[in-house]
Amino acid sequence: MKAAFIINGKKEEFEIAPGDVLLDVLRNNGHNEVKGNCYMGTCGACTVLIDGVPKASCTTLAAQVAEAEITTITGIGSVLNPHPLQLAFVEKGAVQCGYCTPGAILTAYALLRKNPDPSEDDIKSALDGNLCRCTGYIQQIEAVKLAVKLLKEGGNR
Amino acid sequence: MKQYRCVGSNVRKIDALGLATGQPVFTDDFCLKDMLHIKFIYSPHPHAIIEDIDSSEAEKMPGVKMVLSYKNTPQVLHTTAGQGWPEPSPYDTCMFNKKVRYIGDRVAAVVAESEEIALEALRQVKVTYNVLPAVFEAEEALKENAPVIHDEEGIQGVYDAKRNLVAHVEVRAGDIEKGFQESDVVVENTFETQFAQHCPIETHIAISYLDENGRIVIRTSTQVPFHVRRIVAQVLNVPVSRIRVIKPRIGGGFGSKQEIILEEVVAFVTMKTGLPARAIFSREEEFYASRTRHPMKVTVKIGAKKDGKLNAISMYTLSNTGAYGTHGLTVISNVGSKTLPLYNKAPNVEFVGDVVYTNLPVPGAYRGYGATQGYASLEQAMDMLAEKLGIDPVELRKINHIREGETSPIFKALGEGREGVTQYIQSCALEKLIELGAKEIGWLEKRGKQQKEGTKVRGIGMSIHMQGSGIPLVDMGAASIKLNEDGSVNVLYGGTDIGTGLDTAVAQIVGEVLGISPEKVIVYAADTDMTPFDKGAYASSGTFISGGAVYNAALKLRETLFEEARLSFGEIDSRDYTIENEKIVSPVSGKTISISELVYQTLYVRKHKQLMETASFVSETSPPPFAAHFVEIEVDKETGTVTPITYVAAVDCGRVVNPELTRGQIIGSIINGIGYALTEECKFSDKGKMVNPNFMDYRIPSSRDIPEIKVILVETHEPTGPLGVKSVAEININGPIPAIGNAIYDAIGVRLHSSAYTPEKVLKAIKGSI
Repeated sequence: MKAAFIINGKKEEFEIAPGDVLLDVLRNNGHNEVKGNCYMGTCGACTVLIDGVPKASCTTLAAQVAEAEITTITGIGSVLNPHPLQLAFVEKGAVQCGYCTPGAILTAYALLRKNPDPSEDDIKSALDGNLCRCTGYIQQIEAVKLAVKLLKEGGNR
Repeated sequence: MKQYRCVGSNVRKIDALGLATGQPVFTDDFCLKDMLHIKFIYSPHPHAIIEDIDSSEAEKMPGVKMVLSYKNTPQVLHTTAGQGWPEPSPYDTCMFNKKVRYIGDRVAAVVAESEEIALEALRQVKVTYNVLPAVFEAEEALKENAPVIHDEEGIQGVYDAKRNLVAHVEVRAGDIEKGFQESDVVVENTFETQFAQHCPIETHIAISYLDENGRIVIRTSTQVPFHVRRIVAQVLNVPVSRIRVIKPRIGGGFGSKQEIILEEVVAFVTMKTGLPARAIFSREEEFYASRTRHPMKVTVKIGAKKDGKLNAISMYTLSNTGAYGTHGLTVISNVGSKTLPLYNKAPNVEFVGDVVYTNLPVPGAYRGYGATQGYASLEQAMDMLAEKLGIDPVELRKINHIREGETSPIFKALGEGREGVTQYIQSCALEKLIELGAKEIGWLEKRGKQQKEGTKVRGIGMSIHMQGSGIPLVDMGAASIKLNEDGSVNVLYGGTDIGTGLDTAVAQIVGEVLGISPEKVIVYAADTDMTPFDKGAYASSGTFISGGAVYNAALKLRETLFEEARLSFGEIDSRDYTIENEKIVSPVSGKTISISELVYQTLYVRKHKQLMETASFVSETSPPPFAAHFVEIEVDKETGTVTPITYVAAVDCGRVVNPELTRGQIIGSIINGIGYALTEECKFSDKGKMVNPNFMDYRIPSSRDIPEIKVILVETHEPTGPLGVKSVAEININGPIPAIGNAIYDAIGVRLHSSAYTPEKVLKAIKGSI
């Protein structure tokens, strides 16, 4: 069957099977900016925003979210034009291996959309589902705080 | 200490923005046409001989290309350990074995056009087993009449296969018996550490394909690209020259990717079919089919004089290396070699270790590499001794720890699976680390106070540590640097950045030596066709060994630049030349020339030659970094929950190349260590099946589980390291088990003798003590 999605603001249509999870549909169609391989929804590396809400794409059936707006990491910034969250993660040493980073940044992005001035506990709660084995989270939390500052200084994106 | 320009500053990690924007940089972000997918069949029995494999039905299925097993793959005994050659690990496995030795051991693989077809076909492969008795405990495996796990012909490097004894280590200095007899106080502590998994968020993945000339290219998530090349060549019986290994960005390793466990399979499939092949572990497979940490039982006995001076230390370690002996000998060596020299005041020292096969999944290299297990027991024994002597634990350590200018007989007696190298400590800030850490945690104010709030009691504990920086006279790295006409350089080196920031450290080192901005250093690493050799990422060797190679190459290149400048200046002697702001300066004549101008001349005008240098580095010593860890915890006496509140790590890793990245290494290790201390444990059924191979049942720390962490860096200058550096990658994973264990004792007066410190265990211990 065919299914259409609005991916990073652009309509894309793919051939999918009813059992296909969104992660595979995205990656098989060139969106390999979405990482992840646990297929259990437990590590958070494959997080994308579905209508603005962070979800594990590895356990989301693509068919169920047809027509939805999907935001991947490339939808919020690029190497030439990074989002303040991406800059802040770089600045604060919050990127080590970087495999969990796109998912963590998207989760933080959704948090800041909802709550532009989060407390440390808010940040910790938000990132709870995005496991990181390298950083120990502290620099990630510092990065989100820095991004809050950068966003306030530079206006919203 | 001399101030540096690039080294010591927070240069942005050079790959960070690419990673933060989701660039397709990992092994699997790469799709090839007609790629074959490989899925494995794993043994349901802990110990069995495969009587037969009938794959005829599976092979008939559309889309199935081949089914691999011992029947049609090379039966070359080798080790999966990606170590230097000759490997210290036994040759005790083939790509597929006729005998399976644990639940999860590889039996066969289906190669198909899609993952779905491969998974479907797996079910059609019929395997007949002759099930054998199994053994899971190291003690049991050593007993007479225990099942012999490796009875195959031709295995090499096993100490006594008939007794399941993979390795036996025994070293002594002084007279241990006399040492204990002449001690005023003796304590003994046995501590058991558990099976644990590395849990890199990117699981193991390898892809291979043929290049246009028919050579096999392997793109793999590895820590050891050059060892992958060598071992795949060995297993497939092809020359090294037929294989190219590319290391892209790696999604974490922590030791688990110092193994060759998928590369030889994908390469074999590509060699046989001519088609690209891909194998990737699911999270579940990552747990039982990749590698784990050696569970150990470490008995430490310490004798001391009344004044607190240690007189004798003995350590006996029993290590369970599961079904295969990969890293067995070297990890157990490090249990002693990375811990005992810390207390070099004891003249009488003994280390004995046994590494034993069992029918459990396979441990391998894991950050800390034996030191973690050794310190778990040693540093709690030190607290027991302090109590018995009536000396503050901090003071006891101050009396006994190693200092600058000192040595330990253990350095020479015990290397990594062989004799070690004599070394004298040339940089050590331990005194300062202990002092600053104690102050930061509030040691004097809080220790022994057992501050209570409802059912919760606070406690504080500490431990001190050393590790190493590479393996002396074994680990070698090499690098080439070439100059471009804008004054930028390409660094080609074999060092393997697996997320640690090594490539950035390298850019800073080169920038420092050549007087250029790190932004002008373009780093390309770890491609066996393109870059010089390097041992890979292990043994805390990155910045020290690989960085040392790059440093040496940069020094040579600077000399070459000076020589070219001298000719250009028409001078006699370049000895006083310096580089400032990308210009070579002759201080006497005042003449200057920019690097860019010089390279324009050599490339296009005068010489017509490429300025480029290659250098290598092997170290005669392995200078230890040092750390003092302090932790304040809260124990809920009703639930048994242990919660770390504040964790202080004071660390001497020599000169700090990049403070922010260094801090990341330290915090990451501590959190990984806290997970190991409190929650992480692979659990097994009574048949030896791992029952919790997923993140729901095997809990690694999340952002909500972390304490406040304070990192204190005390810089020293290590004269044997490039620009004064030592290492930092592993040492800080060693603290949480002993420091938290000591803090639990401070809080509730109960000493636990095994990790993880789960609520059940804590409650049981509390009940036992009443």
